[in-house]
Amino acid sequence: RNMKYATATGRNITKVLVANRGEIACRVMRTAKKMGVQTVAVYSEADRNARHVNMADEAYCIGPAPSQQSYLSMEKIIQVAKTSAAQAIHPGYGFLSENTEFAELCKQEGIIFIGPPSSAIRDMGIKSTSKALMAKAGVPVVEGYHGEDQSDQCLREHAGRIGYPVMIKAIRGGGGKGMRIVSSEKEFQEQLESARREAKKAFNDDAMLIEKFVDTPRHVEVQVFGDHHGNAVYLFERDCSVQRRHQKVIEEAPAPGIKPEVRRKLGEAAVRAAKAVNYVGAGTVEFIMDSQHNFYFMEMNTRLQVEHPVTEMVTGTDLVEWQLRVAAGEKIPLSQEEIPLLGHAFEARIYAEDPENNFMPRAGPLVHLSTPHADLSTRIETGVRQGDDISVHYDPMIAKLVVWAADRQAALTKLRYSLRQFNIVGLHTNVDFLLHLAAHPAFAAGAVHTDFIAQHHEELLPSRRAVASEYLCQAALGLILREKAATEAFTLQTQDPVSPFSFSSGRRLNMCYTRNLTLRDGNRNVAIAVTYNHDGSYSMQIEGETFRVLGALDQEGDCARLSSSVNGVVRSAKLVTLGSTIHLFSTEGSVEVEVPVPRYLFPASAEGPQGGTIAPMTGTIEKVFVKAGDKVKAGDSLMVMIAMKMEHTIRAPQAGTIKKVLYTEGSQADRHSRLVEFEEEECDKRQSE
Amino acid sequence: VLRPCARAAASGPRAYHGDAVALLGSRQDSGSAVYQENYEQMKALVGQLRERTEQIQRGGSEKARALHTSRGKLLPRERIDNLIDPGSPFLELSQFAGYQLYGDEDVPAGGIITGIGRVSGVECMVVANDATVKGGTYYPVTVKKHLRAQEIALQNRLPCIYLVDSGGANLPRQADVFPDRDHFGRIFYNQAIMSSKNITQIAVVMGSCTAGGAYVPAMADENIIVRKQGTIFLAGPPLVKAATGEEVSAEELGGADLHCRKSGVTDHYALDDHHALHLARKIVRSLNYQKKLDVTVEPSEEPLFPADELYGIVGANLKRSFDVREVIARIVDGSRFNEFKALYGDTLVTGFARIFGYPVGVIGNNGVLFSESAKKGAHFIQLCCQRNTPLLFLQNITGFMVGKDYEAEGIAKDGAKMVTAVACAKVPKITVIIGGSYGAGNYGMCGRAYSPRFLYMWPNARISVMGGEQAANVLATVAKDQRAREGKQFSSADEAALKEPVIKRFEEEGNPYYSSARLWDDGIIDPADTRLVVGLSISAALNAPIQKTEFGVLRM
Repeated sequence: RNMKYATATGRNITKVLVANRGEIACRVMRTAKKMGVQTVAVYSEADRNARHVNMADEAYCIGPAPSQQSYLSMEKIIQVAKTSAAQAIHPGYGFLSENTEFAELCKQEGIIFIGPPSSAIRDMGIKSTSKALMAKAGVPVVEGYHGEDQSDQCLREHAGRIGYPVMIKAIRGGGGKGMRIVSSEKEFQEQLESARREAKKAFNDDAMLIEKFVDTPRHVEVQVFGDHHGNAVYLFERDCSVQRRHQKVIEEAPAPGIKPEVRRKLGEAAVRAAKAVNYVGAGTVEFIMDSQHNFYFMEMNTRLQVEHPVTEMVTGTDLVEWQLRVAAGEKIPLSQEEIPLLGHAFEARIYAEDPENNFMPRAGPLVHLSTPHADLSTRIETGVRQGDDISVHYDPMIAKLVVWAADRQAALTKLRYSLRQFNIVGLHTNVDFLLHLAAHPAFAAGAVHTDFIAQHHEELLPSRRAVASEYLCQAALGLILREKAATEAFTLQTQDPVSPFSFSSGRRLNMCYTRNLTLRDGNRNVAIAVTYNHDGSYSMQIEGETFRVLGALDQEGDCARLSSSVNGVVRSAKLVTLGSTIHLFSTEGSVEVEVPVPRYLFPASAEGPQGGTIAPMTGTIEKVFVKAGDKVKAGDSLMVMIAMKMEHTIRAPQAGTIKKVLYTEGSQADRHSRLVEFEEEECDKRQSE
Repeated sequence: VLRPCARAAASGPRAYHGDAVALLGSRQDSGSAVYQENYEQMKALVGQLRERTEQIQRGGSEKARALHTSRGKLLPRERIDNLIDPGSPFLELSQFAGYQLYGDEDVPAGGIITGIGRVSGVECMVVANDATVKGGTYYPVTVKKHLRAQEIALQNRLPCIYLVDSGGANLPRQADVFPDRDHFGRIFYNQAIMSSKNITQIAVVMGSCTAGGAYVPAMADENIIVRKQGTIFLAGPPLVKAATGEEVSAEELGGADLHCRKSGVTDHYALDDHHALHLARKIVRSLNYQKKLDVTVEPSEEPLFPADELYGIVGANLKRSFDVREVIARIVDGSRFNEFKALYGDTLVTGFARIFGYPVGVIGNNGVLFSESAKKGAHFIQLCCQRNTPLLFLQNITGFMVGKDYEAEGIAKDGAKMVTAVACAKVPKITVIIGGSYGAGNYGMCGRAYSPRFLYMWPNARISVMGGEQAANVLATVAKDQRAREGKQFSSADEAALKEPVIKRFEEEGNPYYSSARLWDDGIIDPADTRLVVGLSISAALNAPIQKTEFGVLRM
């Protein structure tokens, strides 16, 4: 297929500015490089050493960490485009990708905005407008209120008219931000306010719409593509039903269990939607689908989506390449009939978050990061490397794992296998959760819907199972061998490198040395009596059972591989230790145990923290509901914190009287800092070791 | 059967052309009756050693231990395990101190555990009271063991860590504990002297330190006390009440809060035993000490033969002779031995080898000492002293040759040469009694009186001025002569009656457990552990710079 640059309206694109960060910036640059297009990166001060900066041919700092002052700063980005003589700007997703003003500004400045015309963004960006347009174009839509009157009362009345449960959504919203489900009128007011606050923060617009909430629906979306010549095609659908906090975690293409007839109808409806707004470039038309496979238009995302790789995998396309070519004025490379649908693909989003804790986003260092090997049917899309930080300022996504296979079952097997090789230490991630998800029988059966996680919560987030004794033996062995390696390294630096006192043999005269180790598995302290045998093996006794353990630790690149034999069963695992935590990763899964830190190593100030009044992460105090002297009941809201672009309500851990509120609205609280103090008599519940 | 070919030099930083040696030792015929009998006998002795150690390892009575641990205190061996570097070896000394020494009173390990271990990378002498044994009070043997540990620390310049938990002198035995030079007071004298020589003294107060005991922490360079466990006072509450009528609790009188906040007797305040040991490790870390070697080292190599073959080679029958080279071959690196004067005075085997890479001059007995053997030994000791090479004596000696010809030859003066050389040698000397240790042979082969840095015994060993039978014979001859002078009969029954208790007594008193109970040695060891024990001992000894030796007059 020949490249047809500089056609009709277009200009040749030889240099593109990527106005984004993280994996998507890297993703765009990869295709640009492949096409011989030079790349320009922009970065905030927090991203000085980020991967996308290294990948680009040129990179420009555009301001401090907060995105308002950097990645959302249109003037600065336009300035960089001019300075670097980039003909086009690729906005990625998020940030300025669906910003009408920015698209407009680009146009004024004579820079190609790689995306739809601003009019299409505007039409689709305001939900009330888009619904009306769609209804007119013959695309099925859901009942709702999309009016101008934003008074609480009006919204509440409409909610009542539509009937609970309803969904409150920010008109300019997206990505689950500013969106709340309300199941009864009682909750309406609180949820409305919360949605407004979030919307105001995210989009600077707190106008809301109300919609009928379809129970157990599926979220099915169609990838469409338009060009400047009035053509539009669809690249089939993706099922993104499995969501937590209204954000997707696993996406797949094609949607499971959809008949070709429905698939065609979906595609055609999506193309109609795109044509109704003269769509150009990559876009996604989202539908809500009920159990009878009836579907209704939800919204159109006028950008390249996070989950676009699954579509690429099943259609054999490179959508970024298409974007660049279409932006240059070319026609869509393939006609509808030429677009194949081959096999099945999954994408799992690896997030820095704590599934145990309502999927709360986490920030921190990627102390260890190893991924499966990428190949033709396995893609790892990431913007970070080992040693990088997941910053509080941006999205906590670490990577996307995309796998492809000939059918859904094979792809799922591959997904599970690859997820086990995604080993991350340093912060909480959802990898184990994704594994549970991918292994769930209902998921394997394709019985997905947007309440899937809530419905199967118990199985997907099983209470921590006790680590099997064999793995505890492995962990203990790893610990002992680590110590041994450290001793050897120390000894080599001394002037006596041969002393048998440096042997980690645990030798005693005429008796055996038994060492009492304690490993902490969740909330369980496990005592392990390790006897050092003369042959270099260890006898480990756990809860009355004895294991014969031996092994070796080899350095493999930047991580250690522990080969162990426990009662003759040989296993190999990656060993990563971070502080007092031991992580073992093998194809059988991961194990995390801790070596209890003795009390005397705690800093004096850490004594007696109060659960629930501790900042779950670094963030800004948005609202304070209580003051000194207030009496509160357990579960009462004390304050609202904004961190990682999300709201977190801090609730009272127990009934009591507030002694002191330690932060004021607008102030910044560090992770684990105490927010509220209670009067003494009520807080006897000291943490005891 | 010797292995047919010489082996190439071990590669390593100090390997050099011509390092290849003919290897020492031979493959044993493990099927032979003698080997098997030896093996079984020695194995039984080692089994007995293990069993007896297991008893001693437990410490005091079950009740006493339960009481001790119920207070949140660690047992003394656990304290040591937590003090030394994790997983590192511990060279425990004199496990059998006090063994069957006080009749019905059982004093396991003499009520005190001593030994050398690595703390924060530094080899230290650890002295830990066992409060589960008679409240940690000092029996005469406890004092002796404590002093021996200090002597070793002084000779080898090892920092001392005292884990104190003792009720002080054992009052009923005060006469054997208090007044003499090598009694209780010597402990504090040694602390002062060692401190003056910059050998660090660290005390961790984990229990009581009453009266004289108060001086252990007070005389230490740096000390730690555990809150609500450790107390230090010159007189305890009962004595105070008796003296002045003042009523005061132990904690008020001498607890951690008082001594850390007010009196300044202690420096560091520990929350519990673990914390205290952690602090002790930190103190050692801050010593800014680095061991410097006066010897060359080479990469270590295991011997070619399994160590337990020593059981089959040596056995328990002292009358059965064996080639000491076979023993050496199972102790030294790569079974490499550069023998010195192999063809001269061959009842004494001398030569250079390495153990765990450290150089060592080995002297072993292959029979009774003749004039030539003694002269060869003296010569070899001179070489080792010239070359800063530690000496290892493998003692299995019935004595010097006796008889008219030998006396006429001057065996006394040749023996004296060897004894002088042994006495004067300043290089570290380590003695292992692997068989008999009788008479002047004990002197020539660096017995206890010759201040080897360490002296160990195998469980088959015997030590006495002469063999029990010889002694009985001597006594019988003397008695017979006396009777003859008196014109009395001396029947064979009389002879047997006279000899039997002598033989029995010698057997009992020559036994390694009898010796170890009285600190005549530093411990009974499994022959298979000899290489490790000697290696650890050399390592410890090399903490002190090797002094230049000046020999006394050698009678020519």
